[in-house]
Amino acid sequence: MRDVYIVGVGTTKFGELWDKSLRDLATEAGLKAITDAGIYSEDVNALYGANTSAGQFIDQEHIASLIADAAGLSELGIPSIRIEAGSASGGAALHEAYLAVASGKYDTVVVGGVEKMTDVPPEEANKIIGGSLDAEWETFFGVTEASLAAMIAKRLEYEGKIRREDYASIPVVSHRHGSMNETSHFRNAIKLEDVLKASYVAQPLTVFDSAPLSDGASAVVISANRTLINASENPVKILSSEISTDYLSLHDRSSIHSINAFKRSSKKALESAKITKEKVDILELHDSYSIVGLLQLMELYGEKEALDLVRNEELYWNKSRPTNTSGGLKAHGNPLGAVGIYQVVEAALQLRGKAGQRQVKGARYALLHNMGGIGATSVTTVLGVE
Amino acid sequence: MSDVPRFWRESNHRYRLVGTKCNNCGSIFFPPRDVCPKCRRESIGKMQELELSGYGEVYSYTIVHDGLEPFKFQVPYIMAMIKTDEGPLITGQIVDADPSEVKIGSRVRVTLRRIREEGKTGIIQYGYKFVLEK
Repeated sequence: MRDVYIVGVGTTKFGELWDKSLRDLATEAGLKAITDAGIYSEDVNALYGANTSAGQFIDQEHIASLIADAAGLSELGIPSIRIEAGSASGGAALHEAYLAVASGKYDTVVVGGVEKMTDVPPEEANKIIGGSLDAEWETFFGVTEASLAAMIAKRLEYEGKIRREDYASIPVVSHRHGSMNETSHFRNAIKLEDVLKASYVAQPLTVFDSAPLSDGASAVVISANRTLINASENPVKILSSEISTDYLSLHDRSSIHSINAFKRSSKKALESAKITKEKVDILELHDSYSIVGLLQLMELYGEKEALDLVRNEELYWNKSRPTNTSGGLKAHGNPLGAVGIYQVVEAALQLRGKAGQRQVKGARYALLHNMGGIGATSVTTVLGVE
Repeated sequence: MSDVPRFWRESNHRYRLVGTKCNNCGSIFFPPRDVCPKCRRESIGKMQELELSGYGEVYSYTIVHDGLEPFKFQVPYIMAMIKTDEGPLITGQIVDADPSEVKIGSRVRVTLRRIREEGKTGIIQYGYKFVLEK
């Protein structure tokens, strides 16, 4: 396997982007990424596109060809492939692209993620998001993704393992970071009381415990081409990319509050990257709901340490365990297929020292977790700079 | 809109809580499975249908305020995970109860109800919900 580097990144703003279509968003992100890499379309051997549900959001399948076409690549006829793994599509697309370049099949590849979610009303969007769950045995009966997250929170509080404030503080951190990121969906800081007092989505979770419906696209250029890597100011190396799966339905798992797939993918990813979790300077978690953000911290650091980090406010960019410096899904936004790729954009900016106000000083390693549904797919990516 | 077979092929499971038992390891599954995830190939030909009693207790629950499109006129509704007496967890609604009456650990039993309908002329879909045992 060859060494693979991220040599260019690009993203659109995330948010309710009424004046932009899926093809506008994908093209904007892709062109920004190749410009950042200093290359031309002719240098790109293949496209890998992540998208979760365009078929339902905008009645459009065959996204791979559409995006290649919109990006002006039709005359070149390069391979273009769409990857779908629910909201883990971005991480899964990066995984496939990484393998293709590491194997020697391609030298330079663009990996993008895009979702256009606001062309349908919110109830319809909730139903489409529920497509990452089990249609026959969960959503058929009225389950939403938020209601599953709520039942996890309720059970853990009942068992006395966590307090309401422990997970309510996760979105507070994300919004603080999001306020410093110009591409964020939300740029307002919020307080713990805002989370507790907001209207319910599924009790005890409120709208502030939940990531929004967003439009957006992100793209990265990855390469094993030495000339390109050497020309890049601060090439970020892909140290590992690991995927694990779990039972699709939450009720089938050994425990409803264990994200087993993340336990497995993160363990393997850290082993393959040959680093320990203590070395991680930048952590991006899939905080689709506050409680699942906390569960991921608990899987990575253990229950006690995770709660200490949250209660001692150690997750901020200028503290010991910077987490979701991008603003996370909660504040930066949650365009399903794009979020796994945006995590890579954020990590690359941080590792290159280009993250502006929210820069984590001297960051060398990043661990990114992109999740499908509530952990039925888990993709962990570890990135690093020399 | 969906076609009829999608619903009738699940009717045994959704109307009578028919799950499966692996006769290799003894594990009980609901919803039913074709393969035992513990025994995998060893379970071929050893998966047998098994009807659950329909009794259990509330493992966790929530009150849904922001519902899916087909349920938007039912909000707020109670969604729960039920720990059945046979072991499997089942996800379903609790009905005929005020949310304040529901507690983790409350005893429940299954009941057959209308789940949703596809418009005024479409299919009416039935399945299980749960009621509190009083």
